[in-house]
Amino acid sequence: MIEGILIGLETAFSIKNLMMVMIGCFAGTIIGMLPGLGPMTAIALMIPITYGFEPSTGLILMAGVYYGAVFGGSTSSILINAPGIPGTVATSFDGYPMAQQGKAGKALAIAAYSSFAGGTIAAVFLLIAAPSLSKVSLAFRSPDYFGLMILGLTAVSAFSAKGHFLKAMMMVVLGLMLASVGQDTLSDIPRFTFQNMNLSDGISFVLVVMATFAMSEALTIIFKANDPTRVAKQISLSQLGSIKLDKDETKKMVKTIPRSSVLGFIIGVLPGAGSTIASFLAYGMERNFVNDEEKQKFGKGSINGLAAPETANNAACSGSFVPLLTLGIPGSGTTAVMLGALLGFGIQPGPRLYQTNPEIFWSVIMSMYIGMVILLILNLPLIPYIARVLATPRTFLIPLILFFSVTGIYLMSFNNFDIFLMIGIAVVATILRLYDFPMPPLILAFVLGGLMEENLRRSLLISDGSWSFLWDRPLTLIIMLLIIVIVGWQIYRGILSKK
Amino acid sequence: MKISPSKIISLLFFIFSGFYLYTAHQIQVFTFDENAAFNAKTFPIYLGYAGLMFSALYIILPETKPSNVDLSILDYKKTIMLVVLMILYGLTILRAGYFLSTSIFLVLSYIVLGERKWLWIFLLSFPFVAIFMYLLHGLLNIYLRDPFLQYIGVMG
Repeated sequence: MIEGILIGLETAFSIKNLMMVMIGCFAGTIIGMLPGLGPMTAIALMIPITYGFEPSTGLILMAGVYYGAVFGGSTSSILINAPGIPGTVATSFDGYPMAQQGKAGKALAIAAYSSFAGGTIAAVFLLIAAPSLSKVSLAFRSPDYFGLMILGLTAVSAFSAKGHFLKAMMMVVLGLMLASVGQDTLSDIPRFTFQNMNLSDGISFVLVVMATFAMSEALTIIFKANDPTRVAKQISLSQLGSIKLDKDETKKMVKTIPRSSVLGFIIGVLPGAGSTIASFLAYGMERNFVNDEEKQKFGKGSINGLAAPETANNAACSGSFVPLLTLGIPGSGTTAVMLGALLGFGIQPGPRLYQTNPEIFWSVIMSMYIGMVILLILNLPLIPYIARVLATPRTFLIPLILFFSVTGIYLMSFNNFDIFLMIGIAVVATILRLYDFPMPPLILAFVLGGLMEENLRRSLLISDGSWSFLWDRPLTLIIMLLIIVIVGWQIYRGILSKK
Repeated sequence: MKISPSKIISLLFFIFSGFYLYTAHQIQVFTFDENAAFNAKTFPIYLGYAGLMFSALYIILPETKPSNVDLSILDYKKTIMLVVLMILYGLTILRAGYFLSTSIFLVLSYIVLGERKWLWIFLLSFPFVAIFMYLLHGLLNIYLRDPFLQYIGVMG
């Protein structure tokens, strides 16, 4: 193993490969900031470029693009509440309120530090335990995944509801309903398409997230323009604030980062789970770890609330390389694109990869860490410039957000049906938000809808239609008990608040 | 008697869930799949029932934390105008092309929101969209259909 690590270091530290990581991080950050273009698109755009390179160089470039795009996505989440990818939705919960309070610089710095720390810790885990961790990922079966998804949805509903748990659960169901539109994945039977061809592929994630976050946020700002409490926000929004963290803030991050890294990495290792579940679960977990005073700040600009998902999503990115490199199973859409690129290079990932192609296996792991360092060096000095977006007057910023949202969806489908659908969803979301119906549960449910149905299908078919799969396996049973605890706690709190 | 808007929304969601459940039952599955433990309509049917249950619970149970919104402070005029502009943008984007429709949408939106700095209105519309298009089309090689630019010979 030591020999492999040395080979990896030698490959990753060559001038050419260092340049590739730098270019990848920079290009990824820019592409990730653009609406509708997440890491998957960014890597896909790099595939034709990398074909002329050696496999390790090509993969190093793509790993750099991956991390850069995840950080770029966080930037748009924090500055304009427009998460381009599901993994950065949880970042906007506290990142955007921080930006509204005039702390955009600090929020971006926390995101950069957390991403760096999460990625670094996960890279160490990957270095030590990659081959053996692949066995852990195989221990999870469909019922466990199904349980894990319900746990994620219940946890998100509980923490984002702020006393409106039933409203959050309605949003979960609505998100799952939206995800069910389109052809059934197994039988190709059209569902809820009403014979409209535009709906046969389902509704895209970018459409729903842009409508419920960016567009509805922009409409809400205009809708509530005369609200006296908004005036203060409008003033502070033009302030960047310091990017330096004080002692107390650093202390908070130091506690949050290790636990979120571990959670993020473990979730990332599970095929199909990925950075989205990791970031949401880390956010929920963090809320349970902090004291009551800090708990009240969640959703209003909490440092722990921002650091946790940012750490976890980057740790999960590293974790998702475990099933890719050791089993040949892509843990997410992005790693699926990378699997395609690997196959294009004539490399078959699997348990023997680190024996047959050690330079590729270890150089990718090494370059991940180098990528993290470069991302931090590149992005920290740029924060004051990036954050200037917020200094744009509302009269310009709002139309630009709407334009970015529409462009994001237009680039994906090139039809105006999706634009109208997005406007419709945005209007409904604006009204729902006005009456405290939370959007995060809807988004997570929408993202997980397809996977959840798939795992329920497998579980029910294996157990011959019996729901006993929910308690047959100890792991599933533990997850289900956790769900019962969360729901029970919400009911208890509801009864307490009535008294 | 004043009914809470959240309860009205929940009632609408209850009706929507009922419609969803009805539509889920109408999904045509393969004959051999009809009695299977899981088919294309199983999950939607569960979702329909879940929607009915949660919305019914919200309607029946007393509200622990009612949402109070002062409707008199809301700016309906500008919001509706922006929504109308977006619809018009969606209607014209395919016919007039990306460049023209986006630039005009931006100009009109700035004006609707009360902006009167004409130089900035111009800079942040036509040249801004042109640069953005160059970034996407020219550098990232992402195809953008634009009949207007093709007609005047700017785009191939």
